[in-house]
Amino acid sequence: MNIKDSFIAIIVLAICLVWALADGTAAQQGIGSALRLMTPLLLACLAGLYSERAGVFDIGLEGKMLMAAFTSASVAFLTGSAWLGLAAGIAGALVLSLVHGLASITFKGNQLISGVAINFLASGLTVLVGQNAFGLGGRTPSLTGAGRFNPITLPFADTLRDVPVLGPIYSGLISGHTILVYVAFALVPLTWWVLFRTRFGLRLRAVGENPASVDTSGVSVTRLRYAAVAICGVLTGIAGAYLATALSAGFVKEMTAGRGFIALAALIFAKWRPWQALFATFLFGLLEAIANLYPDLDLGFVTVPSMFMNALPYILTVVILAGFVGRAVPPRAGGEPYVKER
Amino acid sequence: MATAGKSVGGRSDTAAPAAIELRGISKAFGPVQANRNIDLRVPKGTIHGIIGENGAGKSTLMSILYGFYKPDAGEILVDGRPITIADSQTAIRAGIGMVFQHFKLVRNFTVLENVILGAEDGAMLRPSLSKARGVLKQLAAEYQLNVDPDATIDSLSVGHQQRVEILKALYRQADILILDEPTGVLTPAEADHLFRILEGLRDEGKTIILITHKLREIMEITDSVSVMRRGEMVASVRTAETSPEELAELMVGRKVLLNVDKQPARPQAPVLEMRNLSMVDDEGVERLRGVNLDIRAGEILGLAGVSGNGQTQLLEILGGYPPKNAKVGGEVRMNGQPLPLSGSRCNAGQRRRDGIGHIPEDRQVEGLIMDFAAWENVAFGWQDAPEFNKGWLMDNAAIRSDAAEKMERFDVRPRDPNLAARNFSGGNQQKIVVAREIERNPDLLLIGQPTRGVDIGAIEFIHKRIVELRDAGKAILLVSVELDEILSLSDRVAVMFDGRIMGERLPDQTTTGELGLLMAGVTDMSAPATAGIPPEDQHPEERA
Repeated sequence: MNIKDSFIAIIVLAICLVWALADGTAAQQGIGSALRLMTPLLLACLAGLYSERAGVFDIGLEGKMLMAAFTSASVAFLTGSAWLGLAAGIAGALVLSLVHGLASITFKGNQLISGVAINFLASGLTVLVGQNAFGLGGRTPSLTGAGRFNPITLPFADTLRDVPVLGPIYSGLISGHTILVYVAFALVPLTWWVLFRTRFGLRLRAVGENPASVDTSGVSVTRLRYAAVAICGVLTGIAGAYLATALSAGFVKEMTAGRGFIALAALIFAKWRPWQALFATFLFGLLEAIANLYPDLDLGFVTVPSMFMNALPYILTVVILAGFVGRAVPPRAGGEPYVKER
Repeated sequence: MATAGKSVGGRSDTAAPAAIELRGISKAFGPVQANRNIDLRVPKGTIHGIIGENGAGKSTLMSILYGFYKPDAGEILVDGRPITIADSQTAIRAGIGMVFQHFKLVRNFTVLENVILGAEDGAMLRPSLSKARGVLKQLAAEYQLNVDPDATIDSLSVGHQQRVEILKALYRQADILILDEPTGVLTPAEADHLFRILEGLRDEGKTIILITHKLREIMEITDSVSVMRRGEMVASVRTAETSPEELAELMVGRKVLLNVDKQPARPQAPVLEMRNLSMVDDEGVERLRGVNLDIRAGEILGLAGVSGNGQTQLLEILGGYPPKNAKVGGEVRMNGQPLPLSGSRCNAGQRRRDGIGHIPEDRQVEGLIMDFAAWENVAFGWQDAPEFNKGWLMDNAAIRSDAAEKMERFDVRPRDPNLAARNFSGGNQQKIVVAREIERNPDLLLIGQPTRGVDIGAIEFIHKRIVELRDAGKAILLVSVELDEILSLSDRVAVMFDGRIMGERLPDQTTTGELGLLMAGVTDMSAPATAGIPPEDQHPEERA
């Protein structure tokens, strides 16, 4: 990774450092919150990375997360188990992934339209089924106890608490999140390793760049793309389940709030690479955490209104999507259904 | 087969076992019979050419061999054993390798990654990569197939990319190598090198099937040749026992004039003058470096060159649509008036009004809208013409009848103006474009690759029309990568290399050899020019 590639990381870490020096306690609280807020973004971003690296564009991340949030919250409420909820979330997102796969791989349809359809479907279906089942205006009942993923304390977190520098970072920042946060972070090196060190990753990247080369090498383009779309389903499933059963305590109408699209922006920002995805989503998480922490940011000469602070992640999304962050070259075969040429 | 005049040895020839034998292969796409009852026998350790016009069914036949299509009927035998080739994996396992006309490489992967793709040993990459590195080294030494294993495909010249395709096949232990139009993108020097590689492979016992439409290559390198026409195998002969004239006749089924019948040109005043024309593209690459050219009324100026040396950009600028964000410098005058090279007045519509017709290089992208009907395509560019409009509305009936007339005059088949452009064959698509441009009687006609992917009958027709336009006192700029076409059609030949005009020659006072050297950037016959030559030409083995 050269300097240019790691500029997102440098920006993010610089913000953290300045903040920590300015106000240690607030920074600890804010960055911890950022880690929790970025988790669904990171999961969705990696989900999109698998799919788009394989040449299947997916603007249905949002819908899949929403569906997963709903199915996981419902099942977690009915069974009282967050783990069963997680499984249901993954299943819910996988079903929509399959729809996307059928439309864009098997039937060679337009991937954007399929994605939009999935977003609408999820948005309507969750509220409809939710109202019908629970009668709470599209909400699911609040989850308690084992119905939620609860924060876990890492080993030695308590013993190290008073060690300077290391203590606040390890015990205050790194420890005390739900298991899904750690899963999301572990997925970053795992994704890198899969993409760049395994046969599956080589083929996955190849199928997104030039499916004809994969096909003529005797490897099934269809199977590879379905595998990628399925991985995307699993990851958006975890992201949705995290939203409903870890970050909140139940499903609320439209609770993804555009996170699927923010994840897409982060994916472009990260130029479809896993480590950059980590820092890009961290940046968004940080913005969201700052907005939560300082509803009315007083800069001395002017007070930034809370509406502006809350809009910051979306503003950054627009800026990124408008191409102000340099040229991001998507996988060459992205968005194109593969048709054998004569 | 009734039409098979001769055959190589026949089945009684048991001395050389067949590497590949096809018996009665047929394949239809809807109503189109692409292959009809094909028999083919290729002895082991030979180079076998398959020649035929576009649409004769060569590529379909090879796609069947490589498992892309399932034949409707017939049998395939590899090394004497009948096999069913259901997919490319089966073909690869049977020892068949294919080098496609359009390379199937992942452009941002390294050579090594491309070579192992689909042929990895195990789930981890590292062992496969180091094994491939060793194998590539060995193959490079054995067959002069040198390529840097760690270079990305994007950084390689076309010739080297082709070597990667060959290496891919050899890495998969192919014994039978099929090459589809392999020299279309190569310089003469690269093509020679490729032929030496193929000869080396043959001498090691590999069997090579070479698909081409270039008679010269067939004569130069093959041991035997099969001719296809309209889906049928019309002849298989030993190369030593045939002649280019005979093969050409077999291909089209009648005598064709390979030379264009034309009177000497009577050039007049220059119509188009280019002075110091330069262009830098959006990536900062200089595509044109001070081009000076005059095109006079009543002459055909041929611009020869390997594709990718600036011809495309030149045509785009003259045609009024320079590449996005390109910086264009210099001056172009049309009939003495300066031609805008940027800004809002630099557009294709204005160019047409200025009397410039354009038959673009890629008819399917720039020349036609493939899903639109032929009559709509014939009107494009002139949709504002008064005769095509009635007040606010387009006069579709007028456009339709105009299109029908033009299709009649240019012998476009089928003569159905309502058929979508994509349903015409390559030659007929091109005739639609040529009809549209020539019938408007432009002062200057820009022509890019007029006969690429066009059958011989249509080539002859198009060439004749171009010469007629010249004789009517119009100026013509002909850009083609086919040297034969340039030489037979042009009154004057300019050679382009790396954005520069390397020199001008008269077609009857030069040779393909001399032009080939100019196309490779060599100005002085004895010493290679060094500036700006792509790495391809600096490799010592190229000059051996």
